[in-house]
Amino acid sequence: MIRDQGLASRLWRLAVWALVILFLANLLGVIASVVTNSFATRWLGTWLPAGFTGRWYAGAWEEFQLGDVLIVTFEVVFAVVAISGLLGVTAAYALARREFPGKRLVVLVFLLPLLVPPLTYGIPMATLLYQLGLGGTFWGVVMANLVPAIPFVVLVMIPFIEQIDPRLEAAARVFGASTPKLFMHVLLPLLLPGMLAALLLVLVRTIAMFELTFLTAGPSSQTLVVTLYYAVFSAGVRAGQSIDAMAVIYMITTLVWLLIALRFVSPTQIVSRARQ
Amino acid sequence: MSRAEAVPSGARPDPRQALAARGLDGVTLLVVPAFLGILALFVYPFLYGLFESVTPQAGSWWANYAAFFSDPYQYGTIANTLWVSLPVTILNLVLAVPIAMRVRLMRRQRLLTTLLVLPITLGTVLVADGLLSFLGPQGWFNRSLLLLHVIAAPMKLTNNYWGVTASLLITGFPFTFLLTLSYVSGIDPALEQAAATLGAGAWARFRLIFLPLLAPGLAVTFCLAFVQAFSVFPSAVLLGSPAGSTHVISIAAYQAAFEHYDYSMGSAIAMIMGAVQLVIVVAVLASRSLLYRGPAGGSKG
Repeated sequence: MIRDQGLASRLWRLAVWALVILFLANLLGVIASVVTNSFATRWLGTWLPAGFTGRWYAGAWEEFQLGDVLIVTFEVVFAVVAISGLLGVTAAYALARREFPGKRLVVLVFLLPLLVPPLTYGIPMATLLYQLGLGGTFWGVVMANLVPAIPFVVLVMIPFIEQIDPRLEAAARVFGASTPKLFMHVLLPLLLPGMLAALLLVLVRTIAMFELTFLTAGPSSQTLVVTLYYAVFSAGVRAGQSIDAMAVIYMITTLVWLLIALRFVSPTQIVSRARQ
Repeated sequence: MSRAEAVPSGARPDPRQALAARGLDGVTLLVVPAFLGILALFVYPFLYGLFESVTPQAGSWWANYAAFFSDPYQYGTIANTLWVSLPVTILNLVLAVPIAMRVRLMRRQRLLTTLLVLPITLGTVLVADGLLSFLGPQGWFNRSLLLLHVIAAPMKLTNNYWGVTASLLITGFPFTFLLTLSYVSGIDPALEQAAATLGAGAWARFRLIFLPLLAPGLAVTFCLAFVQAFSVFPSAVLLGSPAGSTHVISIAAYQAAFEHYDYSMGSAIAMIMGAVQLVIVVAVLASRSLLYRGPAGGSKG
């Protein structure tokens, strides 16, 4: 690596790092102000609240029925992870192993839902789901969340499967393994690390997926992030600390899974697989 | 391929083997369930929305589009959305490039990238909630500026244009940066070393070596970041003034479909939203073909 030592490049380096630190300071400030407010007794016109208390958490838990919301959230998320894992991994296997006519079109169809933002396709999709009577139901929310989840699993898994040597499967066949045996004893162990990474990423993304859930959820199928949106939207009705206590609970649910996911994947993978 | 060769010469080929030779066999069929799922949940709703948008509740087929483009409050949302999304997308990209060029030299990037991935994972709703107190008149941002004597009185940064811009900066910059970083890291450092050996300064190396190699990647990054910002919804409602300067097109589409229950109009606005995004993306990607496209590696061949 080349490192220039002139004054101008030192100043430039300083400026770049100053920008990074400024950004991180503001980012952490945003998160810290939510956490601080959730523990505040009264916080008006000072740097720090007058006192600290934990009572907002118990209040928020009751007020927003967070027990039920959390159960719904995890039901939705695990349903999405299971279905997108099943459909996505099988499709990725076919796309990684076979060349067939129309393959480019199939890949394009899988790429589109990741390139088009959720709100653009979410409104016609939610309209359709409501006309079919699925809007506002649990399965409506799951179906909506599958749209970005399945292509994500497919696109993460294709390169992963491509680097598994097909001769391993051929060797298992030569030694007389049946298809279920081949799958259980050869493919599954090899695929497991990639599947774990892909599904953890889907999990983190689905917990935080606001737009699609917001458009399709009814009162009994709201996930945590939608409940949080409605609470912030009608902020005057409830104490700000109570809303921020819920926000902290939401943060913890997301961050726990993020930390688990980051043991297996690099942070850049969370952004997007939609590269050339 | 090997199965096709196994067909004895002179015998009529089994149709299954003929298909297998073209890559269509049991394994290929595994793609079908997921493909049908996406067709049913993504492609069909899109076509349905397009159809719905040209069958309005009253009037001829273009009535929704005519209504949208004749009402200044409605068609003004396009300008509002561009005014919210374009400057901050460009700012994110301009900031991301020099920082990525510097971070690429770091050996331990993981802490930084982990911190930056936080706002993306937490999502816009949480960021909006945090920014409401952080940027508020009594928030830490205004207090710090007052303490440093940068400003004399607290600035109004929430419930207006600046609140939405701040939220798009907090969630959009990490997204742009991480994509840019992956492109920058893909360029062979030997190219830069060769240029330095030939006596090119830092700026010349960036302008003549990195920028041409990066440009196609930056164009894609710009498109992805722009369509995200263009469909901004939660922060425009929570942090902006959803009836005024940040009455963006996604709010108009949502209100038409789910507040006035005019699904036809809502679909029409969603189609217009998609069309504007498409125009900008196609324009950017088309100009990309004018740029260098080739290997970013340093080795021969």
